[in-house]
Amino acid sequence: MGKRGRQSWSERLVVLVPYLWLSAFFLLPFLIVLKISLSHTAIAQPPYTPVFDLAAGWNGLAQALSALSFENYALLGSDWLYLASYLKSLEVAAGSTLLLLLIGFPVAYGMARAPRRWQPVVFVLVVLPFWTSFLIRIYAWINILQRDGLLNQGLLALRIVDEPPAWLSTDTAVYIGIVYSYLPFMVLPIYATLEKMDETLLEAAADLGCPNWKAFWLVTLPLSRPGIVAGVLLCFIPIVGEFVIPDLLGSSQTMMIGQTLWGEFFANRDWPVASAVAVVLLCLLVVPIVVYEQVQTRDLARGR
Amino acid sequence: MKNGADSSNYQQRRGARRGFAPWAQPAAQALVRFDGVSKRFGGATAVEQVSLDIFLGEFFALLGPSGCGKTTLLRLLAGFEAPDAGRILLDGQDIAPVPPYRRPINMMFQSYALFPHLTVEGNVAFGLKQERLPSAEIATRVEEMLALVRLEGFAKRKPHQLSGGQRQRVALARSLIKRPRVLLLDEPLAALDKKLRGETQFELMQLQQRLGLTFIIVTHDQQEAMTVADRIAVMDRGRLIQVATPQEIYERPNSRWVADFIGEINLIEGRVIDVGASGTVVASDAAGRLRTLSPADAKPGDVVWVALRPEKVRIAQEAPARAEENCVAGEVTDIGYLGDLSIYKVRLDSGTIMKTAVANVTRLVERPIAWDERVWLTWAPEAAMVLTR
Repeated sequence: MGKRGRQSWSERLVVLVPYLWLSAFFLLPFLIVLKISLSHTAIAQPPYTPVFDLAAGWNGLAQALSALSFENYALLGSDWLYLASYLKSLEVAAGSTLLLLLIGFPVAYGMARAPRRWQPVVFVLVVLPFWTSFLIRIYAWINILQRDGLLNQGLLALRIVDEPPAWLSTDTAVYIGIVYSYLPFMVLPIYATLEKMDETLLEAAADLGCPNWKAFWLVTLPLSRPGIVAGVLLCFIPIVGEFVIPDLLGSSQTMMIGQTLWGEFFANRDWPVASAVAVVLLCLLVVPIVVYEQVQTRDLARGR
Repeated sequence: MKNGADSSNYQQRRGARRGFAPWAQPAAQALVRFDGVSKRFGGATAVEQVSLDIFLGEFFALLGPSGCGKTTLLRLLAGFEAPDAGRILLDGQDIAPVPPYRRPINMMFQSYALFPHLTVEGNVAFGLKQERLPSAEIATRVEEMLALVRLEGFAKRKPHQLSGGQRQRVALARSLIKRPRVLLLDEPLAALDKKLRGETQFELMQLQQRLGLTFIIVTHDQQEAMTVADRIAVMDRGRLIQVATPQEIYERPNSRWVADFIGEINLIEGRVIDVGASGTVVASDAAGRLRTLSPADAKPGDVVWVALRPEKVRIAQEAPARAEENCVAGEVTDIGYLGDLSIYKVRLDSGTIMKTAVANVTRLVERPIAWDERVWLTWAPEAAMVLTR
């Protein structure tokens, strides 16, 4: 695009900045984690060997490299605990993303169809929870869900249950916490696509013989697909690695991968295994991220 | 966009189709009948007591300034709005209980409203798919329709890969494919450039003739309405002002408002001196005694307006030999050279400005009319009309 045939150095710098940023704060830490995942645990400071020592020269470096091994990854495959954690994470992420979509789409649809003058208000209402600390909101849920909490008080008062059921430390509590916390991330992208949809398209569909429900199916839904894809990935990816919500609301029986990772890192002080867990998690999440990128590029190429 | 080229356009216009005038036959049954239809939005009246008959095979235009209610009338017929009062009949049946998706009426939207996620083919086939026709028949009809609008080879494109003119044709094909009883066109050519618009107007007319369908077009462009339509309804502030053929609207407007809205007009206020079988004589302060052949619904002493199209006024550099009536003198204050026409604005001795349009039939004129030159304007008694409101 350079008007003089080649880019000036300032134009290059602009492109370079995000790459430098990613190299310094993503690629480099990732390489460090990758290296640790190939090391052995040790009672030392830092708690793994080998440690690259530039003072040892080329021979020392070669020796250190040859000491690296994949045995931590072999461990992940051999111990059921890790596999169960990964599966649990994927299950919770898939289940709660589905719930989020089922709740978020109607909310976004209602927002987009609300009278124009109400839309800013509704928008603020959706974003409002962000103004309170995430941790405080999760602690509030502990209060609501505990045995003598608001939820059970309400259920008892309405005589829906005789005995207060246990909500805390169950999967239900984890789902409630996740769906509550992530709802705006599902609603906002879907709202954004629905809001810019031309409503004459629905009139055109009606004109050509579609009842309302069919026009929704044939026009509204396909056109909101970019928003649905964005919302699903914005929720699914971070939920897989979610640590705080299952740790505070869930049980210790079945752990999500974030909790397992935390345990390896802080309880066992096994940095190499913890790093291996992290690297595998990253590889798992690269798949949906690549899908997202492709969808985005295609939509950009389509000029929408 | 009023200029001399527009006002003379009726001369190039297709003449009324020979013998096609169902509105003049008392026995003819209307295909579409608006019967005392009113529609309000909040406090604002969009359509007020409209009664109108539109006949099978007619190309009908709703013409008026923006906000006059013409699009609302179209949307009432399509079923996107419901009338507050009155009835809308199709083939003699009240269509109030019929939802838009069951009406045998299709609409071409001003924005085209093409489905961005579907191909050209998908857009055109959309209406047929709702009827659950066999896919082989759908494919054949889509192909035929694309050929009709000259879009063969574009079937697999998405709307964003098309030019404005091509999108317009996809929208037309999509609205025609169900063979509607009535096709509604909401400003269908507004997004096209002037040249393409002119060509497309003639294509629309040919298409309408070939398919034998009834078209109702909404437009704010009087030239467009006059070019394509068999009859025009001129609307203002929700009311029908005049419904007539283009020629009648231009040559016999029923009011000063219509005369002024369609083309250019010189209006001279005066009092009736004499009304007879041979016409009306009017005395005016601005231009003296005016004789017209047009009969007027007025009696001596009434205030009326003599209306005169600029192209019917002759301009001369010398005083005519004998001129007691229909002759005024003045000075040229403005000259507009349009190529085919020249427009002269003449300030009469009374101070009134009159306009005249002269066709430039020869390439060079020996002594052209100059600014500030004294000129005489004359016209035949049959050129002027008398308007009472």
